[in-house]
Formats: sequence, C-alpha cells, structure tokens
Amino acid sequence: MNAYNFAYLDEQTKRMIRRAILKGVAVPGYQVPFASREMPMPYGWGTGGVQVTAACLTPEDTLKVIDQGADDTTNAVSIRKFFEKTAGVAVTEKTGEATIIQTRHRIPEQTLTEDQILVYQVPIPEPLRFLEPSEVETRKMHALEDYGLMHVKLYEDIARHGEIATAYAYPVKVEGRYVMDPSPIPKFDNPKLESAALQLFGAGREQRIYAVPPYTKVVSLDFDDYPFDPSKPAHPCALCGAEDSYLDEVITDDAGSRMFVCSDTDYCAGRREGRDA
Amino acid sequence: MNAVQLEGGFANLSHDAAHAFRAALQAMARPGQIETLDMARPPAPCSVAAGALILTLCDTTTPIYLAPSHDDAGLRAWIAFHTGAPVVAPEAAMFALGTWGALCPVDRFAIGTSAYPDRAATLIVEMDALEAKGAVLRGPGIKDRAALSLPEIAAFQDNRRRFPLGFDCYFTCGDRLAGLPRSTHVEG
Repeated sequence: MNAYNFAYLDEQTKRMIRRAILKGVAVPGYQVPFASREMPMPYGWGTGGVQVTAACLTPEDTLKVIDQGADDTTNAVSIRKFFEKTAGVAVTEKTGEATIIQTRHRIPEQTLTEDQILVYQVPIPEPLRFLEPSEVETRKMHALEDYGLMHVKLYEDIARHGEIATAYAYPVKVEGRYVMDPSPIPKFDNPKLESAALQLFGAGREQRIYAVPPYTKVVSLDFDDYPFDPSKPAHPCALCGAEDSYLDEVITDDAGSRMFVCSDTDYCAGRREGRDA
Repeated sequence: MNAVQLEGGFANLSHDAAHAFRAALQAMARPGQIETLDMARPPAPCSVAAGALILTLCDTTTPIYLAPSHDDAGLRAWIAFHTGAPVVAPEAAMFALGTWGALCPVDRFAIGTSAYPDRAATLIVEMDALEAKGAVLRGPGIKDRAALSLPEIAAFQDNRRRFPLGFDCYFTCGDRLAGLPRSTHVEG
C-alpha cells in the first residue's frame, strides 16, 4: 500500500467533485462551478482533468493519457505516472484497452465505446470569454440563451477571411441548449463529440466541470450558406498512410522540408503493426 | 447511540466510494440503465443502494431531507454518524430520501436558478420494484430509447419542461439503482 489516499485526493474533495460531475451530466454543456484544489502540477498541465479523473477512477480501471494525441509527451507521461503512483491503476497506450482516457486537445481516432470515459483538460471553459470578459455577463448570456455574439464572431470570420477561420475550440451547441467550448480540440474532432462514451471536462484554474453524456446531440455552430467543415490537410500520414486521421505537420530540416504524420500516436502505431483500429 | 448506527459504512472507504460513484455516474449518464450498489448496510427502512449513495455523495456540506417514510431515529443517527449531513426541510435540501409518495409534492425541492441550474436537489426515491420497463425515456445518455418503471409520468414531464432547471432523481430498490436526470424526455 502506498502513502497516498486512493487517487491522491481526500475523500471530502472527491465527494465535492463527484457531486459537480453528476450535476454536469444532468445539465449537458452547462459549466458547474467546483472548488478546484491545488494539484502537484502547474495550471495548464491538466489540473482540472486530473481532478475529474481522480474522482472517477476505480482500482480496476485502465488509464490512458494523451497530449495532442500522443502518449509519449511529457504531460501525458507525467499524469500517467501520477496515477500509477497514487492510485495503483493499470495504464496503457492502446485506446481500445483503456477504460478512462484523459486527453489534452484531441479525441482518439478509434471510435470510443460505452465502456469508456473521456476526460478533457480544459484551459478556458467559457466559450464566450474572449467575446465578453465579464463572468457576470457571460453567466447571464447562458441563462438567457443569448448566443448572438458567438454568431457575430463566426460571421466576422467569414467577412474577414471568406470562411469560418476558427480551427480549434470550435463552439458547439449541446442538446439544443448550451453553447459549449469543446476544449482546444481541432475542429476535425468535433463530429466525434457525439459518442457512445461519456465525456467529462475539467478546468482546474477556472474551477469548472461540464459533461456531454453518451449519444447527446452536439452541433457545431455554423450558417446555412457556410456549413461546418471539419477540415484537415490534404495529405496521407507519411508513416502509416492513413487518409482519415488528423495530421501534425513536422518540419524535418532547415530547408523547409516537412511531413504530415498522425497526431494520434496509438492509431498510427496500430496501423503500422497491422492492429485492427 | 447503539452499535447499529456505527456499523454499515464502507469497509474500504476510498475504494467502496469509488465503485459506488462509478455506478452512480453510469446510472445518471445512461438513464434507465440499472446498476448494482451493494457496499453499504444502512438501517431500515433505507435500501442498500440508497445507503451507498448517501455515503458516497453526502457530507456536512449537503443538507438532506428525510421524507416521512424515512424519517426514522435510527436512520437519522446513521446518517449523522457516517456523513454529518444536516437534516433539513425539503426546500433547503440538496438531497432528499424517501418513497415517491412521501416525497410528493415534489415542487417543494430546489430546481436551481437560471444562472446556476446546478443548485438543484437530487431525489433518492425508494421503490418497491425497479425494472427496465414501463415509461419510455429519450434524451442525453440514451442511444435510441430506454425504459424504466417510474412511479409516475406527469411529474417528470413537468420537470423536463423546465430544463435546464429541475431536480434529478435516483431510484433505488434493494441493491439496485437507476438514474433519471432532468434532461430526460419521459413518455407514458
């Protein structure tokens, strides 16, 4: 037995987070305030996601952590080790083997199942924040379902760039009610927000938790004449040849050579190993 | 206070609470799906599943209302010892425990405010039977449709009409548990 309470947090804190998660599930897309704790990692490293994961973990869970789709980046490795040490849970890099997946800024390519929970790390949970800095005002706007400002923003994108230029953290409307920030996932991932898996969002610094239950209707905001387009680079992955995955652009030398590779490292490795995705 | 009130809590606090919460989370995220919660031993008339929910979610910061069906000295003492939750009137409660008949009229419970819809009560409704048949459920968490043996229909339709305001429900029977968030559309 180790020196930590299971999954690091004390039981009273977990109860508080668990109550917030349940209210989030009951009101899809609404940001539930919670008393976020200081975690042994800096803000921006997933303190909200870590608290949600800690509240949901059971000893039998298998945890996967990704950062921009990759299992082997510092952030992902650190959080995986954190829960190996404080909760003693099994960890994996394989999407299909995980029961809880904590993610920073991607949804795995492999379709998630009913037996999985996806936990997002969220920097700025309020989709209206860059349009209206006052929390008092944005709370009122959500209460009144007053989302005109967001449509003006998307319209100004079109007026200025000829298309909706928002490429990540693309706003969605959940179950026809709340406009929600899906965290800074690429808009390529937005269609995957309608999932068989439960999706939970944790913002540690901003002290908010929200949720998208399985099979909840999630619509990316758009206009009739400028429909939502989950674009991606017109290349196959240089490593596995996938044409249906989200790609990272990698600069390979000082002469400007570049390659496009899958952002989801497990998906790419699986295809190269001949694993069924 | 006798030994009954001191016993029946979680044997392994953090693990039992984690398992109980996962079941409660699945139940709320998938309305109509029946989960098993068997890790608590509350005194009668409280069911095993309701007892586990209370141990998992309630503490000194969560006022609870005990409906007449469950306003029992032994149960009060058990909740006080294991959670410290203050027992209050329905209007002030974050959680409420009782049979459907005893909890009615349910318009006494908090439904949140338009700015803070999360400030709403969670009702733990003790049932004589709990089965995945009866009223038809649609909405978030449900692929196509689900079914649940609800105690009535109209109250839950009224509750859905106020969305995003409204109370959320757990239904318990023995060690069985099902959830019904305010977001669910209920048809007879």
